[in-house]
Amino acid sequence: MTLTFIVDALITVIGITTPILLAASGELVVEKSGVINLGVEGMMLAGAIAGFAVTFETGNPWLGVTVAMLSGAAVSLIFAVLVLSLGANQVATGLALTIFGIGISSLIGSNYTGIAIDSLDSPFPAYLAQDSFWRVFFGHSPFVYFAICLVLSIGYFLNQTRAGLVLRAVGENDVSAHSIGYPVIGIRYAAITFGGAVSGVAGADFSMVISPLWAEQMTAGRGWIALALVVFAGWRAGHLLAGAYFFGVLMALELYAKASGFSIFPSQFWAAMPYLIAVIVLAMISSRDGKGVKAPACLGKPFIPNG
Amino acid sequence: MRLRFEKRLEPSRTMLILTPVFSVIAVMILGIIIFDGLGFNGSQAVWELFFTPVLDSYKWRDVATKAAPLIIIGLGLSLGNQAKIWNIGAEGQYIVGAIAAAGVAFQTQYLSGFWIIPLMVVAGMVAGALYAAIPAVLRTRYGVSEVLSSLMLVYVSLQLLSYMITGPWKDPNGHNFPQTAQLTDSQLLPHDLMGSGIPPGLLVALIAAILFLVVVSKTVFGFSIRAIGEAPHAARYGGFSSDGVVWATLMISGAMAGLAGVFELMQLTRLNLGSPSGYGFTAIIVSLLGRSHPIGVFIAGIVLAITYVGGQVAQTVVHVPNATAGLFQSLLLFAVLASDVLVRYRIRILEKVNRSDDRSAS
Repeated sequence: MTLTFIVDALITVIGITTPILLAASGELVVEKSGVINLGVEGMMLAGAIAGFAVTFETGNPWLGVTVAMLSGAAVSLIFAVLVLSLGANQVATGLALTIFGIGISSLIGSNYTGIAIDSLDSPFPAYLAQDSFWRVFFGHSPFVYFAICLVLSIGYFLNQTRAGLVLRAVGENDVSAHSIGYPVIGIRYAAITFGGAVSGVAGADFSMVISPLWAEQMTAGRGWIALALVVFAGWRAGHLLAGAYFFGVLMALELYAKASGFSIFPSQFWAAMPYLIAVIVLAMISSRDGKGVKAPACLGKPFIPNG
Repeated sequence: MRLRFEKRLEPSRTMLILTPVFSVIAVMILGIIIFDGLGFNGSQAVWELFFTPVLDSYKWRDVATKAAPLIIIGLGLSLGNQAKIWNIGAEGQYIVGAIAAAGVAFQTQYLSGFWIIPLMVVAGMVAGALYAAIPAVLRTRYGVSEVLSSLMLVYVSLQLLSYMITGPWKDPNGHNFPQTAQLTDSQLLPHDLMGSGIPPGLLVALIAAILFLVVVSKTVFGFSIRAIGEAPHAARYGGFSSDGVVWATLMISGAMAGLAGVFELMQLTRLNLGSPSGYGFTAIIVSLLGRSHPIGVFIAGIVLAITYVGGQVAQTVVHVPNATAGLFQSLLLFAVLASDVLVRYRIRILEKVNRSDDRSAS
């Protein structure tokens, strides 16, 4: 085990963790407001194709990321209108959003298969970003740093700010929040759109850094891992950050087992672990009452004012 | 002009039946707009997608074959929908059912007899029901949302399937393809019933639909499901067990998904990468489009099967990508969910009131 191997392994783990960390951070805010959006995978794909197409056409990756963010938000608005304004079932609408995202991204992406773009490089100077050791800290794409800053800010927002408190109140007891005058529907619109925008960026990470090319359904189910991660973290931002890298290690072990064909367990074992662990954690946190480790009380329930 | 939503005392029956029909029509129009906007021939794509499979009798068998699993799974899910218990892991129960039936098949590889197929069917249904029992026990014992747990288990089952077809059950003569050996003749049903062109799965779907119709409308069990869904407190007060309904709806939908998995295994004649077909997810659309009513589910299953077959036609004729069928299916679900509001609410158009006039008058 040389230093290079360890550094390479860490860089792989951090790289593949970033999109699920991003998507899960967005979903955390959505679920904290009492809404469950199962369309993460669809929003990520919308962001992935938008980011890729705009970067390819304009040569400007920052414009690409911006459009990816806007696309994720735009797609999430379909969900928001259906579940918030029309009171539609959140589970079914979220699933429809995922199928929609797969379909529309494949349709738009059919002109963009088989071409590559330049990967977005580290924002740090080359003597740090390419140093055999320091690249562990400085050799990542901007997405990596953005994701870490984002989840920390979300943790601060949810736990230390008044606005975060209101958002949590809306997720825990929508009727009370409404009766003391908070705009429940408006806050949920904001949360869903934020989640969509962040998922869009997560998708762009796939098509602009990790691959960097466009392929149908290139997010390969990572949107569902992000959902599992929110559960695994018990709806807490700090645990989300740690849990993301734990899931990242599992995903790296899966890749390693697949590539080398040598592993104590088959690659599928590692691939199934995030979901299995999420189910076990769900059972554990639900059986242990109190301590604030619970799903938001209004999660998945529609709120219809004066209805 | 403002719109006001007034809650109906009872869901509108007319709207309940009309909205799915309107949804299909709306999606056709929306589809033309989207595809034209993206530079495809929109009207031709919609024509191939929705009408070619209906008009071309060569496509009927395909439609029937695809409709069967969708209807079978959709019927199972319709019970849960009525009780507001959301099994979204039908895809996982479907895969586990197929794996169990394949397991029976490999144990009976050198045997023959009429009992093998019924044994495979039972194994598939039991496996599907047991897999759905996991979310049921988590919900009734620990209060875990069945939505999250059943969904997570889909991905566990996908990995189990992938492991079986690349590992222990890999076809030794399969040129290293990730697939199992082919089933033998005594493990397969005929492709159609006595030359009628009707696949056996569709007959089973029809029988199941009739069975569900009787159970839901004529039995106390059917009533208890609806009671739990519409008024859980009153139902519990009336002596119905909500845990019992959770168990029943999840296990029945799991068994139905497992049954569909067995038929799909026989259809493909082996387990392979095509086994996770996504029918378990599409069946959620089927059950909602069919208004969770057995007859509605049967019709919706055929409509969704048409989009699958039509999607393949459109792919070759209009050169739209493979995912087109999925795009239409999602639009259909959006439309049904959006139009649901018409079932539950009456929409009044309010004339604009001029506030200042009001004040001067008073």
